Amino acid sequence: MEYFLQQLINGLTLGSIYGLIAIGYTMVYGIIGMINFAHGDIFMIGAFISLIVFLILIGLGVTWIPLVLLIVLLVAMLITSAYGWTVERLAYRPLRGSFRLAPLITAIGMSIFLQNYVQIAQGARVKSLPPVITGGYTLMEVDGFTVQLSNIQIIIMLVTVVLMGIFAWIIAKTPLGRSMRATEQDSTMAALLGINVDRTISLTFVIGAALASVAGLMFVLYYGVIDFYIGFIAGIKAFTAAVLGGIGSLPGAMLGGLIIGLIETFWSAYFTIEYKDVAAFSILAIVLIFLPSGLLGKPSVEKV
Amino acid sequence: MSDTTATATTTATAAQGRRTPRRSLVAQALQESFFAGLLAAVLASFILGVKTVDAPGGLQLQYRWHWVLYAFAIVSVGRFLLILFWWRRDAKLPAVLGAASAGAGRAIAPLGKWVGLALVAFAFIFPFMPFTGRYELDIAILVLTYVLLGWGLNVVVGYAGLLDLGYVAFYAVGAYSYALLAKTFGLGFWTVLPLAGILAAIWGMILGFPVLRLRGDYLAIVTLAFGEIIRVVLLNWQSVTGGPDGITGIPRPTFFGLEFKRFGENTFHEFFGLEYSPMHRLYFLYFIILVLAMITFFVTNRLRRLPVGRAWEAMREDEIACRSLGINPTNTKLTAFAIGAFFGGLGGSFFATRQGFISPESFTFIESAIILAIVVLGGLGSQIGVAIAAIVMIGGFEVFRGLEEYRMLLFGLLMVVIMVWKPRGLVSTRMPTIFLGKEKKAISSDYVGEGSG
Amino acid sequence: MSRPILSVEHMTMRFGGLLAIDDLSFVAERGRITAIIGPNGAGKTTVFNCITGFYKPTTGRITLTHENGETFLLERLDDFRITHHAKVARTFQNIRLFGGMTVLENLMVAQHNMLMRASGFSLAAVFWPRGYRRKENEAVDLARYWLDKTGLLDRADEPAASLPYGAQRRLEIARAMCTRPVLLCLDEPAAGLNPRESAELNELLMSIRDDDGISILLIEHDMGVVMKISDHIVVLDYGRKIAEGTPQEVRNDPAVIAAYLGVADEEVEQVEQEVGGAS
Repeated sequence: MEYFLQQLINGLTLGSIYGLIAIGYTMVYGIIGMINFAHGDIFMIGAFISLIVFLILIGLGVTWIPLVLLIVLLVAMLITSAYGWTVERLAYRPLRGSFRLAPLITAIGMSIFLQNYVQIAQGARVKSLPPVITGGYTLMEVDGFTVQLSNIQIIIMLVTVVLMGIFAWIIAKTPLGRSMRATEQDSTMAALLGINVDRTISLTFVIGAALASVAGLMFVLYYGVIDFYIGFIAGIKAFTAAVLGGIGSLPGAMLGGLIIGLIETFWSAYFTIEYKDVAAFSILAIVLIFLPSGLLGKPSVEKV
Repeated sequence: MSDTTATATTTATAAQGRRTPRRSLVAQALQESFFAGLLAAVLASFILGVKTVDAPGGLQLQYRWHWVLYAFAIVSVGRFLLILFWWRRDAKLPAVLGAASAGAGRAIAPLGKWVGLALVAFAFIFPFMPFTGRYELDIAILVLTYVLLGWGLNVVVGYAGLLDLGYVAFYAVGAYSYALLAKTFGLGFWTVLPLAGILAAIWGMILGFPVLRLRGDYLAIVTLAFGEIIRVVLLNWQSVTGGPDGITGIPRPTFFGLEFKRFGENTFHEFFGLEYSPMHRLYFLYFIILVLAMITFFVTNRLRRLPVGRAWEAMREDEIACRSLGINPTNTKLTAFAIGAFFGGLGGSFFATRQGFISPESFTFIESAIILAIVVLGGLGSQIGVAIAAIVMIGGFEVFRGLEEYRMLLFGLLMVVIMVWKPRGLVSTRMPTIFLGKEKKAISSDYVGEGSG
Repeated sequence: MSRPILSVEHMTMRFGGLLAIDDLSFVAERGRITAIIGPNGAGKTTVFNCITGFYKPTTGRITLTHENGETFLLERLDDFRITHHAKVARTFQNIRLFGGMTVLENLMVAQHNMLMRASGFSLAAVFWPRGYRRKENEAVDLARYWLDKTGLLDRADEPAASLPYGAQRRLEIARAMCTRPVLLCLDEPAAGLNPRESAELNELLMSIRDDDGISILLIEHDMGVVMKISDHIVVLDYGRKIAEGTPQEVRNDPAVIAAYLGVADEEVEQVEQEVGGAS
């Protein structure tokens, strides 16, 4: 039971990170109907920028951790968003309305490019960072087994909840959110009604990238180990999360992220750690086959 | 009289009209280039400008801000040139290039037969050309392997319109089937080859059956997941696959029982009374893959003209209409999947026997992406296009071998650039499979559907 | 007289809370043209989709009887099996052609099942094409017959998407006929046609009925077409059958007039009295 609780906490933490990445997938898919294959690598770039800015600040002698983290967060969000914007501008916008496979290929090309770009710039070796945020609370102690809730886990879940709140507010209440929803429904009609569709789509990518960079920062803080390849697997899992939750649905993405995080953690804890990716991918296949519209998605009816 | 004046005035205004935007164009170009460079500098700032280095006691930082400057310079100059010579409405370069490539495509499509025959003839004499050495032959073998794989995947993606991102799984099944069957049961290459193909095809059906109902992108992501699952299993099923260490000592193919070895009984060079040369095996491998590729071409090309091939293409155009004509969609898609997988299996077997060593590392997603890129860049459904794309991509890739780590970077960039430039691939026309009249005209890509996947 | 080719009994179709078809029963006689008419949203296309298997009706029975007495329960068959075994062919309201394939190829795809068998499921014919060639020529001959009949013979090698609208409609009919059906279901074949094309369509449909002996089930808005060629008309409104009979009977049926003119139910009686004198 204690073991279970501990894994539950770990799973929810991992799930929060997946959820934040999944939002980027689900938004882009919802609005232009394509899988942004490079999104996982945007997350990876966010993680690298977070790591580097963090090290710079420490090097400069800024030692008050909350301030450091705040600066890292803002800088990482800013620059990663610029990456998201650029990728959309270069690889997807010229192909809008064209052959549907084309943007998928450019997305894969971008993904390969970004991975190798970071590999060349930063080297292929794994980068590690000693734990920054330590400490935590012991929730339970039975027979020498403790259930721990560490501070970093609290921060990750808290930040995720806050960001989700802000994000939900943006979508529901702001003019930007309204434009996004309108573009999602019917981009031609939205354009006719005076919505700047190109700008709306660009902003979608920017927001998605910003959230991914937050996920990247938290990944660095939580695991302390990154390399240029983390984006690929995390990307697929986050996409799985988006599909599981029902693609296009934001609460769905978060829910899907949590479920994938939990499945992966429990699988590693109770079965074999080597096959944890197989578990996540199998879930993806099973969900798509039996529940193609996901948990919270709208079912689509075949038009004849 | 008045006519000439009118013309003169028009010319004058036109000239003026042309001159005025020219000046502002340069100014605008400078401004845009500056901002593009600035963006590049921001992007480069912490990734290129600072390098993390392992050092005793944790990561150290190495500052190299001049890289950011380079990024700024390259991007702004590049953008400036692009605006002046490429994006401008009256720029000649894109028009010339576009016309040339369109002309080439149009010329190639109806001449497909002749171009193809010329290519095949060249392929047969290639090993004996004076400039062909060991290195060239090696690259040629690699290119032909990708041509074969491209033609195999073309059945799935090009004809049937099903986006398969996990094609490497079948390649892996073929390779491991050969390695295991040959090592465990001592079966020869030529016995295992069809078996490996059939095993891959069976896997194609097993994986394909549950997912073929999915539409487009979902199918893509599930096939990707299956590809990864197979790789993870290969990596962890130590007792059978050897895990990350892979399988070594895979038997080499024999020429009617004759081995390509320096010493031993029944060697090729002794039988024919030749001096031993390691090149013999290379020639042999080259001709094996050439023949396998030709078989792939022959079979897939024939199938396209047969009912099942027409059903694949019809399925790509409109699945609902197909169902209304009594075509079983599951069976039709499954045959496409199985036949694509079959050729993937053949390619895998060949890969295993050529390398003599396989490990899960050779079967990553990148491999699927490269094969898919070849098919899409060549032009979906066009076999000539796929062959050309394989030569350009893989050959070009090898030419840049000197650049080592920059190769994949360029590869990714090239994928983006070619796609943006020609979204429908190099050869985008479709040749009908049957004609009533005498004239054989290709169909413009504007009419051709792209499939739900 | 033999049993009707198609009989629909107590068919109901629900989409969630929406009752699209409400206890519909009718028959289509062999060798006749039966039309289903009704205002927009009356459920006509849904009836079609149920008959051709694209939707499964919530309840009810749809029986198709071949001339030799063999019967098929269509509500139990998959859509492609209905075409293949029960020999029901259909067209679509918004044309669904294989746009990137030539006109002739479209008609060859329609003969898929026959050619598949002839080619040993295509795999045998890769290496032994001889026997298949003969069958393929037969298929081309059938295609040529229908191309000739629909006036598309000289455009056989052009991509289907390049044809003008009216020709695309005719091609879709030719393609459906190439499946060698016993019952042809046409979903608004005259939609978007000009009067001349519409008249040609009448000729074509009557020739299919009289010369080829195929029964036709028709959804149509164009009353010129319906009244001229139909042998029997079923009128739907809000998913229910409100009338049926010969064109003459239906034309004068007060319920039909009310439905088309949008008169409320209570007023029907009044309309009936007013029109009553005419019939």
